[in-house]
Amino acid sequence: MRGSAPAVLPRKESDLRAAYWDQVRTFPDGDRVRNCIQCGSCTGSCPVSYAMDISPRQLVALFRAGFLEEILRSRSIWICASCYACTVRCPAGIRVTDNIYALKRVATRMHVLPRHFPAHVMAEAFAGNLRRFGRNWELWLGIRYLLQARPTALLAPRMQRFALAMLRRRRLGILPGRIKRVREIRAIVRRAEELGGL
Amino acid sequence: MDYAYYPGCSLESTGRPYDVSLRRVFERLGVGLCEIEDWNCCGATSYITINKLTAYAISARNLAYAEKTGLDVCAPCSSCYTILSKVNRHMQWGEEHAKRINDVLAAAGLSYSANVDVFHPLDILVNTVGIEAIAAKAARRLDGIRVAPYYGCQIVRPKGRFDDREEPTSLDELFAALGATVVPFGNKLRCCGGMLMTTLEEVALKLNRDILAEAKEQRADVVLTTCPLCQMNLEAYQGRIGQAYGETYDVPVLFFTQLLGVALGFTPREMLVDQMIAGGGRIAARLSEVPA
Repeated sequence: MRGSAPAVLPRKESDLRAAYWDQVRTFPDGDRVRNCIQCGSCTGSCPVSYAMDISPRQLVALFRAGFLEEILRSRSIWICASCYACTVRCPAGIRVTDNIYALKRVATRMHVLPRHFPAHVMAEAFAGNLRRFGRNWELWLGIRYLLQARPTALLAPRMQRFALAMLRRRRLGILPGRIKRVREIRAIVRRAEELGGL
Repeated sequence: MDYAYYPGCSLESTGRPYDVSLRRVFERLGVGLCEIEDWNCCGATSYITINKLTAYAISARNLAYAEKTGLDVCAPCSSCYTILSKVNRHMQWGEEHAKRINDVLAAAGLSYSANVDVFHPLDILVNTVGIEAIAAKAARRLDGIRVAPYYGCQIVRPKGRFDDREEPTSLDELFAALGATVVPFGNKLRCCGGMLMTTLEEVALKLNRDILAEAKEQRADVVLTTCPLCQMNLEAYQGRIGQAYGETYDVPVLFFTQLLGVALGFTPREMLVDQMIAGGGRIAARLSEVPA
């Protein structure tokens, strides 16, 4: 993936933490995570916390204790579906969702990812689609993701039935909706990368 | 009353009924939509997990093209709506942030002042056109149709710009005014899982099962949605959910603009109601019986 860092990088906690603080400076009150009172409103409001190996409240506790690498290796941040329920309810005013986005960026850029859990593969496939066509071609996104993450799923009859049902209703494009000036997208991507992405 | 229209990628494929119904409903209500020239994908919840500056700058490209028209933006997909709004807030947060985005946009020969406002069509309909004006133009009453209003996450969170972040009511009020019976719906804001349906299916199935189970319990004839991804997750996986939980689901899930269009006098077919997967034929037949 052109957008992320090479696979071999120092994974020392201090480097990861520095990368994290760089990321949270890109939104207002990013350092409010320091004000967490460990009340658990985030975990209680989260519709998917039950499936996480580390709950949102625990993410902050572990971060404070110096276990950022463990956080990035967990599936938790990739299970977040960006519903913002935690952000709305946090009594300490922490933008939990934006913090989780920041963690995801540290994870992809420093290549510290959970094993056997390809959620980030979806993000990469999506971004690849955008750079190539300027738009998201849903059919190709699905195929590309499954090829990488769960190739056998492509053979499942129900998957094929679903695709057919959508194609018949003209609710799935056989061809990509390519924009006219994809070169503008590529120029933007290149320049943003040059500037370090922050 | 005109808007620069940002359909977003889904409205060209899986959410096509949303695009078709929205354009016709707006036209009938006298709201103009002028599609943004050569618009690109907003990056959704994906690009922002890889590179924030790229994610915001490619979204800002759309706003830069919208700005050339002098119109504010109408963005029907909740995810696009949130991302485009986030870009505006980010650039308004401080001069240096706006400058940085413009530095990137300049590579494509573009610039953006962060002064184009972004609206969700539900906001435009309820707060600009107005519920009374819409009800006055209704050609049919939706009497007896039991509606479960599902807002999903990203039209009211994180900012709650046009409705309450815990108890939104715009959809409820709009459809009550059109004669429908709006059922109490505790899951109206519960997440559909978004992209998790692809990456972690068992979790997404559970989330959608909870929403559909409540709709069924409330004997809703239809679940109304405001976002293409919510609509798809709630509609397309009902068989799979039934299988996983030993239950049966065949709940019609429409875009709110489809039902609104029927109330305004379009036929269910014109609103592509018959093109839906779950219970599409049934709800189309039911709506055809509603006297004009």
